[in-house]
Amino acid sequence: MDKDFAARRRRDLIIAAVLAVIAALTPLFVKDVVVQNILILTLMYAGLSQSWNILSGYCGQISLGHALYFGLGAYTTELLFTKFGVLPWFGMLAGGAVSALIAMGLGYPFFRLRGHYFVIATIVIAEIGLLLFHNWEWAGAAMGITIPIRGDSWLKFQFLRTKLPYFYFALALCCLAWFVTWWLEDSKWGFWWRAVKDNPEAAESLGVVVFNSKMGAAAVSAFLVAVGGSFYAQFVSYIDPESVMGFQFSLLMALPAVLGGIGTLWGPVLGAAILIPLTELTRFKFGGSGRGVDLIVYGTLIVLISLALPRGLLSLFSRPKKTGATR
Amino acid sequence: MGLLYGLIAVGLALIFGLMDVTNFAHGEFLMIAMYLSFFLFAFFAIDPLLSAPLVAAALFVFGAVVYLLIVRFAMRAKANAGMVQIFTTFGLAIVMRGLAQFFFTPDYRSIPQSWLGGKTISIAGLFLPEPQLVGALVSIFAFAGLYFFIHRTDFGRALEATREDPGAVALVGIDKNRVFAFGWGLGAALVGLAGAIMASFFYIYPDVGASFALIAYVTVALGGFGSVFGAFAGGIIVGLVEATTALVLPPSLKSVGIYAVYLLVVFIRPRGLFGSI
Repeated sequence: MDKDFAARRRRDLIIAAVLAVIAALTPLFVKDVVVQNILILTLMYAGLSQSWNILSGYCGQISLGHALYFGLGAYTTELLFTKFGVLPWFGMLAGGAVSALIAMGLGYPFFRLRGHYFVIATIVIAEIGLLLFHNWEWAGAAMGITIPIRGDSWLKFQFLRTKLPYFYFALALCCLAWFVTWWLEDSKWGFWWRAVKDNPEAAESLGVVVFNSKMGAAAVSAFLVAVGGSFYAQFVSYIDPESVMGFQFSLLMALPAVLGGIGTLWGPVLGAAILIPLTELTRFKFGGSGRGVDLIVYGTLIVLISLALPRGLLSLFSRPKKTGATR
Repeated sequence: MGLLYGLIAVGLALIFGLMDVTNFAHGEFLMIAMYLSFFLFAFFAIDPLLSAPLVAAALFVFGAVVYLLIVRFAMRAKANAGMVQIFTTFGLAIVMRGLAQFFFTPDYRSIPQSWLGGKTISIAGLFLPEPQLVGALVSIFAFAGLYFFIHRTDFGRALEATREDPGAVALVGIDKNRVFAFGWGLGAALVGLAGAIMASFFYIYPDVGASFALIAYVTVALGGFGSVFGAFAGGIIVGLVEATTALVLPPSLKSVGIYAVYLLVVFIRPRGLFGSI
């Protein structure tokens, strides 16, 4: 590996550490609950988008069905918690494991599909999940599950008086997703993914290796998204099929990465940092009237940004590079 | 119903087949068409069946304008072309939904007394709802017309040629943008036709497109991208599967059958039934 690449990776790690420390200190200065709420969501979506980016950005298998894994994480955690009293921490891991297994099970047939066929298959499978949960009496059907209040503790991952613990968990999740991406970027998988994305035909000649690396991407991506889902469920303490498995989550996960720069290490973080506060503020300012002004503003921004900066906002910062096989 | 799905999907397939762009605002085109025929009825008392050509013409203009103002630029993107197209058309869908909410409020509307609404006709002991029957007939005619148009007219050949090789076509003096704008207009006009017919028996609200859009994508993919005939056949299959599923499973699960069949088909034939791409 050339020196530039190693130096860049070291620099990325240092920047990330500095940013994480700065983020960790913000609650000292930001006491406003509304703002804290926006920060939590921003961190959560940064983490989710980073996880989505592993499969869709790095590996090039564009999924618009990640809401399935988000919802599975939320439902596994809360069903285990409300029906069997299993602590959310274990539920979170269980949700991640379930999602990773399902992602691999689906990968088996799905990875044969190309382009739009793959994208539509992912949308369809998430929609099937949504409809099944909608009709599943034991899981609360359309009514969903209200998470019972069992006290205020890290053990039960419930906090009634302050939002800070949620903030730190979201930060940790975001850092974890970032770190996993950073780590995988320089792994064998990372190189295979780029091969799969840049030149599917050539990659196909590598056969099994490519297939396994796609499976790996799907599993890691689904696991992290499911953890995000169970976090979200604890955070909002009420879930129903639409609120955790709706198509909007698939998009909300993809958008930050797309706006920031798909298939890049910093794209999802940058995208989320801009997009999520924007979404929340337009909703705060114009929403509530029920007249859709927030949608108009939000949609227009999406159109403009994706037209003006097809490589994402990150491309504004990087010097034009010669295109090559690596990076 | 299947033939109507076919009609919605054919418009989408045309746009896709022409230029490899999936229009994620397709459902919203449908929604606009439905509102249009609603207002034509509300203000001028024109029955949706009569206003259908008007709506189709309006949507033609709308589709062409959308292409010239937005999609043209999305197609120019060199990096991440697929993602740029998905997100520009999706952003457009969100804007259209927002605008519909703003101007028309989120209320449900319906056309109370159209010529077709709620009537049934009996053919050989079978009771068929009239709107669906007329919809089916219109779909068949529209499809036949489109088929003729693509395969028999100069402009149709220009469309095909532009799709095959946009570069070479420019050499013989065909303006790519005009052809594509026309194609978008045509695709939108077909959706307009479907929307006008559906307006006579379906509730109209800002999100109505979303519920049909996914089915339209599935229909197109089922038939195979790039095949207009496939989209039509896909529509018929989707309609039949939906009706069959509704017999076995609770109504809220009726789409599951469609999705399952889609997955099954693409696993066996990853290009859809008649797909060439």
